Amino acid sequence: MKLLLKGGRVINPAGKFDKIADVLVEDGKIKEIGENLAADGAEIYDATDKVVTPGLIDLHVHFREPGQEAKEDFESGANAAAAGGFTTVCTMPNTKPVVDDAAMVRSLEKRAEDVAKVHVKIIGAVTKGQEGKELAELGDMIEAGAVAFSDDGHYDQKAKVLLNAFDYLHTFDKVIVNHDEETSLVEDGVMNEGHRSAMLGLKGRPTVAEDIAVARDIMLAEYAGSRVHVAHISSARAVDIVRQAKKRGVRVTCEVTPQHLTMTDECVNLFDTSTKINPPLRAQQDCDALLEGLKDGTIDAIVTDHSPHAQEDKDREYIYAPSGFPGLETSLGIMLTDLYHAGKLDLPTIVSKMTCEPAKVFGMDAGTLAVGKSADITVIDPELCWTVDEKKFYTKGSHSPFIGRELKGKAVLTVVAGKIVMQDGEVL
Amino acid sequence: MGKTNVSLRGKNVLGLEDFSPEEIRLVLETAKEMKNIIHRDIKKVPTLRGKSIVTLFYEPSTRTRTSFELAGKYLGADVVNITAGTSSIVKGESLRDTLYTIEAMGVDAIVMRHKAEGAAEYASRVVSPVILNAGDGAHAHPSQGLLNLFTIQEHKGHLEGLKVAIIGDVLHSRVARSDIYGMRKMGMEVHIAGPKTLIPRFLYQEPGVIVHERIEDAIANADVIEVLRIQLERMKGGLFPTTREYARIFGLNDMRLKLAKDDALILHPGPMNKGWEISPFTAYGDNSAIQEQVQNGVAVRMALFTLVLTGGKQE
Repeated sequence: MKLLLKGGRVINPAGKFDKIADVLVEDGKIKEIGENLAADGAEIYDATDKVVTPGLIDLHVHFREPGQEAKEDFESGANAAAAGGFTTVCTMPNTKPVVDDAAMVRSLEKRAEDVAKVHVKIIGAVTKGQEGKELAELGDMIEAGAVAFSDDGHYDQKAKVLLNAFDYLHTFDKVIVNHDEETSLVEDGVMNEGHRSAMLGLKGRPTVAEDIAVARDIMLAEYAGSRVHVAHISSARAVDIVRQAKKRGVRVTCEVTPQHLTMTDECVNLFDTSTKINPPLRAQQDCDALLEGLKDGTIDAIVTDHSPHAQEDKDREYIYAPSGFPGLETSLGIMLTDLYHAGKLDLPTIVSKMTCEPAKVFGMDAGTLAVGKSADITVIDPELCWTVDEKKFYTKGSHSPFIGRELKGKAVLTVVAGKIVMQDGEVL
Repeated sequence: MGKTNVSLRGKNVLGLEDFSPEEIRLVLETAKEMKNIIHRDIKKVPTLRGKSIVTLFYEPSTRTRTSFELAGKYLGADVVNITAGTSSIVKGESLRDTLYTIEAMGVDAIVMRHKAEGAAEYASRVVSPVILNAGDGAHAHPSQGLLNLFTIQEHKGHLEGLKVAIIGDVLHSRVARSDIYGMRKMGMEVHIAGPKTLIPRFLYQEPGVIVHERIEDAIANADVIEVLRIQLERMKGGLFPTTREYARIFGLNDMRLKLAKDDALILHPGPMNKGWEISPFTAYGDNSAIQEQVQNGVAVRMALFTLVLTGGKQE
C-alpha cells in the first residue's frame, strides 16, 4: 500500500528540512521525500497549503487503564491522540494497580497492540506501588519495553531512594520523570499561592515547592551522573534552575504543557474545576519564563499531561475535584493559536518540541521524517478555524478549560506506520 | 441616600465582591427598619408569609444558623433546618443531588454553610432557589461582613474614611475576606496584622489593603478593631508556637487598645477564644460591640431575605 502526501510544507526539524515537498510512503515506511514525486499507483493526499510534520509525540498521558476505565482506556485515549495529531504517546504508571513490573508492562503493550490506533509506550513506576520506598524491578521493565520511569502524581521518594534509582538506572541509561512539588509545602493546596488564592481563600501551592524539588532532583541526578526529566515544569525559578544545570552539563531535560504556557491563576474561579491542575496554573511572569525556556532550549518538550476524569468526579466542589483535564485534542490548537499565530513561537520550534526533541528525551526511534523510518506523519492545517466542543471529544473526559475556545490550526491527517488513522477530525 | 433604583430581588448572596456600594447601602438601610421589628413585643410580620427557606449546614454553627432561622421566622417564612449529621449527606449523597432534592420540594431560598470554598456558588449554578452563603470555607461570609458594616455605621454614623484594623487569623477567615471587600467598597481604610504565618502571603497585593507585621501598627489610631478567632480546628499545627505566646504578642488587650482612638469600636465574629486573641476585659469592656453584632445579625439577615425574595419596598 502506497500513500503520497503531495505539495505540503514539510517541516522535519531533525533533518533541518523545511520546504515544499512530497512525501511518499510505502509498506508503512517512508520511501522518499522530494519534489514532484511520481504517484505510481499510490493513494494521493493533497497537502497544498498544509504542513507535513513527523507524527506528534506526547511524553505524558494518563490513560487510566487498568483500574479507572470509566475515565479513559487505551482505545479512547489512543483515539483522542489520533484526533489531536499524535502518533506516539507515553502512558504514566499511576494506574490501579500501578505499573511496576514487567508483566504489567507487557500486558499493557498487548492491550495497545489490540485496541490502540497510535503507538503507545509504557512508562514504569520508579518504586513499588509508587510508594517512594523500594525500587521497582526497573531492569525487567526495560527488557519488557518500558521507555522511562516515573512516580508521577507523587513526590514521596526519600532522597536516598531517588539516588539509588538514579544510580541503578545509570547502567541502562534510562530517564526518571519526576513530578516536582515538595509534598509538605503543597499539602492540600488546590491552586497557585498568589494574590488570587489569598482573595478566594483557597489553599495555595507555592512555586517554591516546585523550585526546591527541581533543585533537589537535579543535584541527585548530577551526583549520580544519571538522567532526570522534570515533568510539566511551571515556575519561572525552576526553569532557571534547569537552565543553569544544563549549562554545567547535568543530564537534565524538561517538559511544559500548553496550559502552563498560556493560562494563569487569574483564570481560576470557584465553580469551574477544569482549571484545577498540578502543578497549578501560575502567574504571568511564569508563563513568560516558560516561553523563554522553550526558545532558548531549556525546555525540551511540549506535553499534554492528558488527565481525563469522569464527569461526576469533576462536577463538584472545587477543593474536592480531582486534578487535571484531557489535553490531547486541544494541545496543537492551543500552541498554534496562542503561540504561533500570536507571534511568540515559530512553527519549526513548535514542531521540534512536539516531535524529535521529546523522542530524544526518552531515546525513542521516532519523531523524524527520514527514509526507511516508520511512516508516522501528521498533516496540519495551520489556518483552519474551529471551536473546542467537548461533545466531539474522543477522550472519555468532557472537562477542559479550553472548551468554547475558538482556535486556529488543527491536525487534519494522522498517519501511523503508513496507515491513515485520522482524517479531517474523524478517527478511522 | 434615600430612594434608589437598586433591587436585590433574586440575587444570590455569595460574597461581597459581587455587591455594589449601592446594594450594600440598600441592605444597611433595610436592616435599620428590620431592627425595629426585633424590638417589638410581637416579632412577626407577614412579609415572607408563604415563602419557604431551608438552612443547609455542613459545618457546625450556633449563631449564624439560629440567626438566619429567626430572621426567616420573624418575617413569617417557613424555615427548615438541615444539618450534615442528620441527613442523607452521611449516606454519601453528592452536593448536587442534595440540592436537587431540596429544590424539588419547592423551596424559595437556601441558606448554606459548607467547608468547601465556592460551594454556595456551585449551588447557585445547580439549582434555582436563591442561595445565601452562610460561610464557604475560607472564602466568604457575606452576611457577617454586612452586619459588621451595619454595626459600625450605627456607632459612627458613617463608614467612609474610617480606619479599621483586622487582626489575627486572616488565613482561615472567610469573615476577613468579606470584610475586606465590603469595607473597601464603602471607602474604609483596611489595615491587617497578625502572625505572618496566619496572613496570606500575597494579601498585600490587594488594592487598598495595608498589611502590618505588628498588630500595634495596625491598631494605632484605628476607629474600628475587628479581632478574628484563632481557628485551631482548621490548622495542622506549627503556625504559631503556643496560645500563651499568641496572647502576649498578638492578642488584643486594654493596653494595646489605648493605641486606638478613644472611641474605637471592637468587633469579633465569635465564637471568641477569650484569653487568646482577646482578653476578657476588652471583650466585655466599654468599646466592645460584640453582643450588638449578634442582634444586628438577625436584622441584616431579615433585610437580606426581604430584599432577595420580595425586592423590598418597591416604589
